[in-house]
Amino acid sequence: MIDVINLRKSFGDLEILKGINITINKGDIVAVLGPSGSGKSTFLRCLNCMEDPTSGSIVFKGVDIADMKVDINVHRRHMGMVFQHFNLFNNKTVLQNVMMAPAYLQCKDLKKAKNKNRMIRFKNIFRSKKEELIPITTTKEQIKSETKKQALELLGRIGLEDKADVYPSTLSGGQKQRVAIIRSLAMNPDVILFDEPTSALDPEMVGEVLELMKKLAQEGMTMVVVTHEMGFAKEVASRVIFMDDGQIVEEAEPEEFFGNPKNPRLKEFLSKIL
Amino acid sequence: MGNFSAKVDKFIEIFIDQNGYVKVVQGLQNTVLIAIVGLVIGILIGTVIATARVLPKYKVLPRVLNGICSVYVAMFRGTPMVVQLLVFYYVLLPIIGWNITGVQVAMLVFGLNSGAYISEIMRSGIQSVDAGQMEAGRAVGLSFGASMMKIVIPQAVKNILPTLGNEFIALIKETSVVSFVGAADLYVAFNYIGTNSYEFMVPYLVMALIYIALILVVTLLVKLLERSLKKSDRRN
Repeated sequence: MIDVINLRKSFGDLEILKGINITINKGDIVAVLGPSGSGKSTFLRCLNCMEDPTSGSIVFKGVDIADMKVDINVHRRHMGMVFQHFNLFNNKTVLQNVMMAPAYLQCKDLKKAKNKNRMIRFKNIFRSKKEELIPITTTKEQIKSETKKQALELLGRIGLEDKADVYPSTLSGGQKQRVAIIRSLAMNPDVILFDEPTSALDPEMVGEVLELMKKLAQEGMTMVVVTHEMGFAKEVASRVIFMDDGQIVEEAEPEEFFGNPKNPRLKEFLSKIL
Repeated sequence: MGNFSAKVDKFIEIFIDQNGYVKVVQGLQNTVLIAIVGLVIGILIGTVIATARVLPKYKVLPRVLNGICSVYVAMFRGTPMVVQLLVFYYVLLPIIGWNITGVQVAMLVFGLNSGAYISEIMRSGIQSVDAGQMEAGRAVGLSFGASMMKIVIPQAVKNILPTLGNEFIALIKETSVVSFVGAADLYVAFNYIGTNSYEFMVPYLVMALIYIALILVVTLLVKLLERSLKKSDRRN
């Protein structure tokens, strides 16, 4: 689904990513490990062009989204992202956090379609052969009530329906991160990118977030996870990649990766943490 | 001091019997109107400029916009309000051929002037919002503009509300110079009463009191607004 071809990224003179090639297929759960400063986060943020790649291409569902001419916002709708520091919208309630993006974007599309229809109708006055209108099946109210229903359903899944109308500042870290995951799910993404989703959490709350991520994995969601949770990588990932100095130095299935590491740097890394 | 009660009597005579209060009400109306319209225009301009100045700088267009905005801010912060009023009323508008009243010119100039100040206030507000908020907005597929409007600016406004209140108060007080371009504000009204009674002590005293009352009301309103926006904060 995502083909990364010779991806490079520099900040000024500092080259962070030195040519990354990887293919992520539908249903893959890719865990990205590596020492700090190895470019894991930058790699993940390049996948949805949060950082614009310096060179190389990222082909997502047949479109090179690293190309500056592509409307990145359209493609980001299909790529969820979960951040280390949650980044819930502080000025919105939990429910609004979850439903805002789908409701807003669908309403915007509806408005666009209506405007286009208006143009077509106007042009049709002068044409002998009439152009057909774009079919419009929903209304703004319908979109709002549907996205709200979906949002409440998602909140029910993580057991936070009763928190729907509170502001994020009153939630615990684990709750915030689960809401953030739900928020990206509300867009029905094809892939979700996790940027160290448990690093800013209390040890006690790591479990609930990982549990939710495992559930998503079992449902067949494609995930790319930058993490320090070796247990999660071992248990859930279908592939583990190890990055060092801006390059992928080892890529293997978890048993192979942890049981029989080949790269010396990876051996050193594993010996330190296991 | 026996003198003083005579002066008060004289003031009341002109204020009530000779319809002085009509002028005062009109002046008050103009003062408040100029300040409010100025603030609204200022907030609009300020938000646009602030947004233009926080755009990522690696493309050409944001750099050009940034340059234009810096020039604008430098011009309006670098000259006194009175000078701006005079230049607009006697130089720029006649050249363009616009025929508008002193009050309208005052609204325009107050808007443009406060826009320059508010843009800096707003910029600091926008920069006080965690960059992650914008990233999260972009990550769910909102455009830069939509993330700005729906997520960053509401939070920025909440942070800068006390400073914006300050700006509004400053605007109200600065309206006392609009008589330079023939707009009838509070000062003009009380000056009228004073000249008619050959007595300025009481009219100007009352004028000062009205300004203070006006600003106390504004302070209270800002406080209430701040409280209602604080509901998403933990500390309330």
